[in-house]
Amino acid sequence: MTRWFDTAMLRAVLARDASADRVVPPEGFTVRLTLFTAAAMAFLAVFALALSLAAGRLATSWGEELARASTIRISAPRDQMAEQTAAALRVLEQTPGVREARALSPDEQRALLQPWFGPDLPLDQLPVPQLIEVIEAEDGYDSEGLRLRLQAEVPGAVLDEHTRWRRPLVEAAGRLRTLGWVSMALIAAATGAMVTLAANAALAANAQVIAVLRLVGATDGYIASAFVRRFTLRTLAGAAAGAALGLGALLIMPGGGDTGGILTGLRLQGWHWMLPLLVPPLAALVAFLATAHASKRVLEGLT
Amino acid sequence: MIELENVAYSYSGEALFSDISLTLAPGSFHFLTGPSGAGKTTFLKLCYGALLPSSGQMRLFGEDLRAMDRDAVAMARRKIGVVHQDCQFLDHLPLSENVALPVSVTGQGSTDQTENLRELMTWVGLTGRSDARPPELSGGERQRAALARALIMSPDVILADEPTGNVDWDMSQRLLRLLVELNKMGKTVVIATHDLGLIRAAKAQVQARVLRIANRTLQTAGADL
Repeated sequence: MTRWFDTAMLRAVLARDASADRVVPPEGFTVRLTLFTAAAMAFLAVFALALSLAAGRLATSWGEELARASTIRISAPRDQMAEQTAAALRVLEQTPGVREARALSPDEQRALLQPWFGPDLPLDQLPVPQLIEVIEAEDGYDSEGLRLRLQAEVPGAVLDEHTRWRRPLVEAAGRLRTLGWVSMALIAAATGAMVTLAANAALAANAQVIAVLRLVGATDGYIASAFVRRFTLRTLAGAAAGAALGLGALLIMPGGGDTGGILTGLRLQGWHWMLPLLVPPLAALVAFLATAHASKRVLEGLT
Repeated sequence: MIELENVAYSYSGEALFSDISLTLAPGSFHFLTGPSGAGKTTFLKLCYGALLPSSGQMRLFGEDLRAMDRDAVAMARRKIGVVHQDCQFLDHLPLSENVALPVSVTGQGSTDQTENLRELMTWVGLTGRSDARPPELSGGERQRAALARALIMSPDVILADEPTGNVDWDMSQRLLRLLVELNKMGKTVVIATHDLGLIRAAKAQVQARVLRIANRTLQTAGADL
């Protein structure tokens, strides 16, 4: 029976046996195709990875904002301001699904306005609306109901759910992340299929070599290791080149900064830059498993 | 060494031969003759485990062939030197590496073996051709190279299919002497051949038994050969 992972084969592949390398004729079209395909697959894998990570970041950061923030803006004549604010806070206290509601202090309001009006804004002289930050509980509140109650009790209040519109986008970003991971799984599977095809072609083309080796007493492990080694190393080299190109392409993508769009945020961040380095070894592992399996199957069909 | 017990072999249902019982003892020397297509090559293939008998029992070095896994067969082949009629090589490697191939696949190369290789190449008259690729060789050279390759591991059993088919008389005598010498060292030798002259020449040097495959069975041929 074919074992899933052949440790003896792995050892044979890692031990550099020059004679085993030489028994398989050098080069061939399949080898160059393997290099090219491995490179292309690794390139795509790096992008799928970047896409997944970017979508994941987006989903997380937007999701956090969603959970936090809606705002109630109260525009009222100055003498009614305090009263209306208190009324709004009272309403919010009684609303199920609101975890916390807090009126922003004048300092905080000034900080929010500062980018537009400069630091010396005399806030107390201007009819600036009062802001109340509303933090939702896990399952959110009924925004229509809240709106109606506010209309009735606090005429100057406007409920601004400025992040609600992002909810479907957060879902979309989550889906996009899933799609990215599915793409990577598909790329790995396609790499395996490609290497299997190439290995089968190489084994078929070298039927005479295999027959001679069997005749002189070579074990299946010896014969297979020559093929497995070659394809594993070719895939590793191809994938390394492809991943390097992919990384290079990511580097010249503009970094998005804080705007956090999906297009501008494709660059990797922090330790995520390490992840593409895993692509070549993983590709080599896939190639190893595929060739070991293919050569085992072919050899067991021979005398 | 190699034992056959009521062995039969059939290709697609048609029996090539049946009911063969034979023991190839250590140090024995056998010739295998018979008309073309009688199954000489098939018989040799059975002897090194390339084919499984359709019925009957086959033992290599005391082990039942049917019970041996692929690695066990590979190990047994290291003790059996085979020369095919149409010898095949690794065409991308020079002759010397081809002859030394059994050594490299077992991973036991040594200076001892290098000396062996040189001596063997001299014996079969291929010293000047060490760097040639197999496709550049003539038919006779290929046969001699195949014989050298079969002998490099100093096997217990040597199976040769028409080893002198493409070489001239002098060379065939030389190869025969080599085989006879090895036989005297205790190796078991089986040679399939049509060449009655070769058999006669051998009989002058060694106790050789002649086996004949005909009419779907194996007979011991008369002493008059």
